[in-house]
Amino acid sequence: MTTMTAQTTQVYQLFIKATPDRVWEAITRPEFTTRYFFASRIEMEDGRRRAYGPKGELWGDSAILEEDPPRRLVHEWQGLYDPELAAEETSRVTWEIEPQDDGVTKLTLVHDQLEGAPKTAESVAGGWMFVLSGLKTLLETGEPLGG
Amino acid sequence: MTDDDRVFKALADPTRRFLLDRLHERDGRTLSELESELEMTRFGVMKHLRLLEDAGLVVTRRSGREKLHYLNPMPIRLIHDRWIDKYRERYVSALADLKNELEETG
Repeated sequence: MTTMTAQTTQVYQLFIKATPDRVWEAITRPEFTTRYFFASRIEMEDGRRRAYGPKGELWGDSAILEEDPPRRLVHEWQGLYDPELAAEETSRVTWEIEPQDDGVTKLTLVHDQLEGAPKTAESVAGGWMFVLSGLKTLLETGEPLGG
Repeated sequence: MTDDDRVFKALADPTRRFLLDRLHERDGRTLSELESELEMTRFGVMKHLRLLEDAGLVVTRRSGREKLHYLNPMPIRLIHDRWIDKYRERYVSALADLKNELEETG
């Protein structure tokens, strides 16, 4: 990792050859998330977004703030997979899904409100790139990244 | 032009790399802030920012009346995955290490 000061608003944008529905499915259903999101099972239920590690350990349990399938999902973020991150303030993740021409979808992920979570900001910077790159590969090839 | 072409073309310019480095240091800057760091007209900086935006390397978002510029690392990451990772076999990095070591001690 570099020694840059991690940003308190981080923006990640990419184009994926898939419909908005498929992108939505891939970010909200555990059978997809286990294949690119650090093998975590992400479940959205009762207004909560919960992430479980491979052994069932709770990696995240945050409130869903907005849910507008297949366009927009906003949820809080707190990493429970590391005590140092779990001790930090809650931040926010926004997924924006916009259809483009030719069956391509623009996905923008904004992780902000990281002012009270500097360690989280540093930790997720590389993490999101890995996750989103894997999501794109999965949707476009049906295979996990490097798989 | 493919997406990769646009990214390589956008990166093939020192002013645009300078702008990316400034955003890497601190994200969410306005045009005026970025302009103040360059000996260049506002129009010139806008032109470079537009090329970076077309390549997806910079994403702008509105905050009130301001337009903020963010570095989007995804295109570089995807090029890394596609073009760089596969050439980074163990022996290549071993040779690079050897080169660095020789240059440092030499």
